[in-house]
Amino acid sequence: MFETKSGIFFVAGLAFFAFAFLSNALVPALMYRDVPEQTAEQVVNGNVLFQLEDLAQRYPEAFRTAWGDAPVEEAAAAEWYVKTGAEALREGRKIYVGEGCWHCHSQFVRPVSNESRRWGPVSESPEYQNELQRPVMFGTRRVGPDLSREGGRRSNDWHAVHFFRPTDLSPGSPMPEYPWLFDGAADRPNRRGLALLVYVQWLGSWLDSYPYYETYLPSDLKDVELPAAAAQ
Amino acid sequence: MTADTASPASIPRHSELVEERLVCWYFLAALAFLFVSMLGGFLMGFQLIRHNPLSGIELLSPGRWRMVHTNAIAYGFLANAFLGILHWVVPRLTLRPVLSRGLSYAIFFVWQGVVLATAVGILLGEAQGLEWGETPVWIDPVAQAGLLLVAINFMAPIVRVQGPIYVTLWYFIAALVWTFLTYAMGNFVPQYFVSGTAAGAVGGLFIHDLVGLFVTPLGWGMMYYFVPILLGKPIWSHGLSLVGFWGLAFFYPLQGIHHFLYTPIPMFLQYGAVVSTIAVELVVTTVIINFFGTLRGRGSEFWTNLPIRWFYTGMVFYFLTCLQCSLQVTLTFQQLIHFTDWVVGHAHLVMFGVFSMWQLGVMTYLFPRLLKQDWHSRRLCEWHFWLSAGGILVMASDLTLAGLFQGWSWMGLMHWDHSVEISQPFWVARLFAGLAIFGGQMCFAWNLFQTWQAARRERSAEAAPAAGLAI
Repeated sequence: MFETKSGIFFVAGLAFFAFAFLSNALVPALMYRDVPEQTAEQVVNGNVLFQLEDLAQRYPEAFRTAWGDAPVEEAAAAEWYVKTGAEALREGRKIYVGEGCWHCHSQFVRPVSNESRRWGPVSESPEYQNELQRPVMFGTRRVGPDLSREGGRRSNDWHAVHFFRPTDLSPGSPMPEYPWLFDGAADRPNRRGLALLVYVQWLGSWLDSYPYYETYLPSDLKDVELPAAAAQ
Repeated sequence: MTADTASPASIPRHSELVEERLVCWYFLAALAFLFVSMLGGFLMGFQLIRHNPLSGIELLSPGRWRMVHTNAIAYGFLANAFLGILHWVVPRLTLRPVLSRGLSYAIFFVWQGVVLATAVGILLGEAQGLEWGETPVWIDPVAQAGLLLVAINFMAPIVRVQGPIYVTLWYFIAALVWTFLTYAMGNFVPQYFVSGTAAGAVGGLFIHDLVGLFVTPLGWGMMYYFVPILLGKPIWSHGLSLVGFWGLAFFYPLQGIHHFLYTPIPMFLQYGAVVSTIAVELVVTTVIINFFGTLRGRGSEFWTNLPIRWFYTGMVFYFLTCLQCSLQVTLTFQQLIHFTDWVVGHAHLVMFGVFSMWQLGVMTYLFPRLLKQDWHSRRLCEWHFWLSAGGILVMASDLTLAGLFQGWSWMGLMHWDHSVEISQPFWVARLFAGLAIFGGQMCFAWNLFQTWQAARRERSAEAAPAAGLAI
């Protein structure tokens, strides 16, 4: 068996591989089969809706160009926001993957190394049982911080400026700039930019500890005369 | 080597067995993708030290090029070089040509298409969310079919060998099966069948099996073939060869979850992955002993015989990698080094320090035979070796050390920016190490070009092909 073609093909090639697959992949799959996998629509919770409405008020033109207007009637509007939220989350995840965000940001908080003190509750399996974790975004490297509890910590306009030019907010950051998520300026995110904002604000939105960074009120700053340099 | 009882007269000639042009094409494609990959690495390297001159251009985004970097190495450089080497080794070892010449060429073009489409897809933002498997989902079925054809093409001569087969073929048979299965498992299961934590387990298996069940067995298979030929003596211990192969075959596939320790993946599975990882390090030690036993008494060849130097340097790095692995896989080490540059250093040490070095060694050995022309410059060959070996040694040590500091910074709850600031000197050093490696490959490319030119001149002068090809 040890030096024959069939022994190597069937035992080493197929049987050992199958044993590993059954014990290491099938076992967790069976263990979690009772935790239903949620769709993107199902993970659109109140916090995500709050962020969506915030985006609609902050960037009305961009929001309308991307997803149109919410119906006026209340029940239809609620339904529309869920549908739009799910669409944005799917698209945001695609951008998160396509831009390689997940190669510098993890999405799990470990029960060691003071991580729960830095970021919040330790990650648990049910958090990952949804369509947007297919494949799962655990990540393997942290150049930047973990993002699984990022949602709600910072405002949408903070994230927008940060995606546009990270060093404006965090001077030493090695994070690349993503101007193609915007129409030329940090306050004009395009559809892709808005989708990524929704996705980032979604992370951790299912937890009780989701922070409300602020309740958005229309700023009265626009009435203030800004010096030319600051207005840029 | 094989149990064939063919008399010398009936042994087919090399020219009937090996499609040399194809071997050459595969090597050139491999080198082309190696350069693409290195450029991607530079882009990310410059971004990390905050001096990216091409910042803000969508198609040159460091995040996307980081994925091109790893995929071009795995599927562009390593896979192409392996295919070239298989086209040389398998027919010579089985004394039979591959299934079909036409199929071989078809596979070549399909595979280049797969790799190019992968690179283009990633650059257009279509990556799949699976580390080392970012190949866009619409290319996966083509790649899968390509791997099946590769397996059929090479298995055809192997199955016709009678009786027990040589060590190299054990590894190659297993690798052909495993690569196909690994690719299928990693690219389809977490995408279409399971999600969340269970998908993480599969993703871990994929990352690990890609190294352990595709690259490693093909790499060791070619070592078992080339080392005895170059040293002109058999492998030291056949028993240890058996231990090495079967130990790897059993323990390697069981370790994938060690990439995701302390995740919500069940703890007993994490323990299993840790234990089997430490077990495989013991197996690796037997393989290393076996190869150094083979070298025993011929140690001077390390300095005089260039391919042997590439191979044994790679083996030393392999041992270091595995030693590092048996430490970093423990939960104690994981607390500190997971998510840090330690892991990045480890990955570079394995993929460049071991497997790329072996393949570059094989290329150093085979190009003069393929071109029927001695290397243009032995001195450039030396530069190629020393810049590569020195570069990767500096890069791996630098990143390993950086990982420790990053881990301590995080664990000590320092402000996040602190970990980035203390990384800067290490990232600068890493960039220079990368430049050294790049310089080494430039020496190689220039030397190859000059050798090719010399071969052309010689052929056009209709001189008799050189008989002595000593390196």
